[in-house]
Amino acid sequence: MFALANPKRFLDASAPLLPWLAGAAALALGAGLVLGLRSPPDYQQGDTVKIMFLHVPAAWTAMMAYGLLALCSFFSLVWRHPLAAVAAKAAAPLGAMFTLLGLVTGALWGRPMWGAWWVWDGRLTSFLLLLFLNLGYIALWNAIEDETRAARAAAILALLGAVNLPVIEFSVDWWTTLHQGESILRSGGPLIAPVFLWPLGLMALGYTLLFLTLWTVRIRTEILERRVRALLLAGAA
Amino acid sequence: MTPLSALLLRDIRLATRAGGSAALALAFFAAVAVLVPLGVGADLRLLARVAAGVLWVAAVLAALLALDRLFQADFEDGSLDLIALSPVSLEGVAAAKIAAHWLTTGLPLTLLSPLLGLMFGLPPGAIGALALSLAIGTPSVSALGAIGAALTLPVRRGGLILPLLVLPLLAPAVIFGAGAVEAALDGLANGALLLLAAFSVATTLLAPFAAAAAVRLNLAG
Repeated sequence: MFALANPKRFLDASAPLLPWLAGAAALALGAGLVLGLRSPPDYQQGDTVKIMFLHVPAAWTAMMAYGLLALCSFFSLVWRHPLAAVAAKAAAPLGAMFTLLGLVTGALWGRPMWGAWWVWDGRLTSFLLLLFLNLGYIALWNAIEDETRAARAAAILALLGAVNLPVIEFSVDWWTTLHQGESILRSGGPLIAPVFLWPLGLMALGYTLLFLTLWTVRIRTEILERRVRALLLAGAA
Repeated sequence: MTPLSALLLRDIRLATRAGGSAALALAFFAAVAVLVPLGVGADLRLLARVAAGVLWVAAVLAALLALDRLFQADFEDGSLDLIALSPVSLEGVAAAKIAAHWLTTGLPLTLLSPLLGLMFGLPPGAIGALALSLAIGTPSVSALGAIGAALTLPVRRGGLILPLLVLPLLAPAVIFGAGAVEAALDGLANGALLLLAAFSVATTLLAPFAAAAAVRLNLAG
C-alpha cells in the first residue's frame, strides 16, 4: 500500500485501472437497477420499497467515504504521506454528496411510509451531522491558505468527527426510532427476502465502485493540479 | 506562582476586564433567552417544555462567541509564540486556557441559568437539573471549542467557520444536557446526566492534546 503512496506511481498505476473500475461500476449499477425495478412490490410498502435500492447503498457509501477520509487523515497525520492528504481531501465532497443523496432518498421514502419528510430520531439526526462534518472539513480546507497546514488541521478535525460513525451505526439499536433496525448484517442472517437482497447487494457494489472511480479521478486531478501549480510557480520565478 | 496558574489568572483577567468576553457572553445568553418567549409566545407551559433545549443551545452559542479569541488574540500579538517557546508544555497551556474559558463563560452561564429557568416557568426540580447539567456539560463546550479555535488559528475570519466545525461535535452535550432536564420535568430517572458527565470528562481530557497539536502545526514554519 505504501508503494502506491508515491504520487507518480499512483498516477501510473491508476490510469489503466480507471476504465475497468468505471465499467464495473456501470455494470453493477445497471444490473442492480434492472433487478431492482423488476422485483415484486412489498406486501406492506408496495412499490415504494424500490427506493431502498437507491437509499440504503447511498447511506452505506457515505459512511464508507467518511471512514476512508478518517483513515487517510490518520495516515497523513502519522506518516505524513502527501498522497494520503490528497486522498482525504478528494473524498470529502464525494462523501458529502453521498450523504446528501442518502438524506434526500430517505426523505422521499419517509413521506409515503412514515407520513413525514423528516423525523428527528437518532439515525436521521446523526446522519445529518455527518453531512455537517463533511461540510466543516471542506470549509476548513478552503479557509486555510497554506496547503500543508490545511491538510493537517483538517486531518485532526476528521479524526474527531469519526466518533460519529459508530453512533450512526448503532443509533437504531440505542434509541427507539421510526427508522428500521439493522436487517442485513445481523446474527441469524438477513431479514430481507433474496429477491430484494440481490438487487440491493448489486447496487451496494455499484455505489462502492462508483465512489472508488470518482475518488480515483479526483485524486488524479488534484495531483495534476498541484503539478501544474508547481510548474507555473517555477516558470514565474 | 507556577507558569500555568499565572497564565490562567492572566486569561481570566483579560476576559473579565473592560472589552473582555465574559460579560458579553452572559449578556448574549440572556438576550437570546429573552428573545425566545417573544417569538414563541408567553404560554408558560409551552416555555417550560422548550426551556431546556433553548437555554442549552443559547449557552453553547454564548460560549462559542468567546472562543475565537482564545488563541487568536495571543497569536496576533505574538504572545503565543513566546508562550510556545517557554519550557511549559503546550498541552498544559491549552488546558489552562480551556479552564480560564470555562471559568469566565461556562461557570457564569451556569450560575445565571436558574434565574432564566425560573422565568421560563420550570419547576424547582427541573431548575436544579438544568444548573447541574450546565455545570457538568459546559466544560466539554470549552474543550471542543478550544480545539476548533486552535484549528482555525491562521484563518482571518475564524469566528465564522468555528461554529460549523464545533457544533456538530457538541450535539451529544446538547442532547444529554437538555434530556436530563426533560427527564426531571417528567419525573423520570434517566442516565442522561451520567452520559453527559462521561462525554464531558472524555472531551476535557482529550482536548488539551488535540488543541496543542493544532497550535503547534499552526505555529510551525
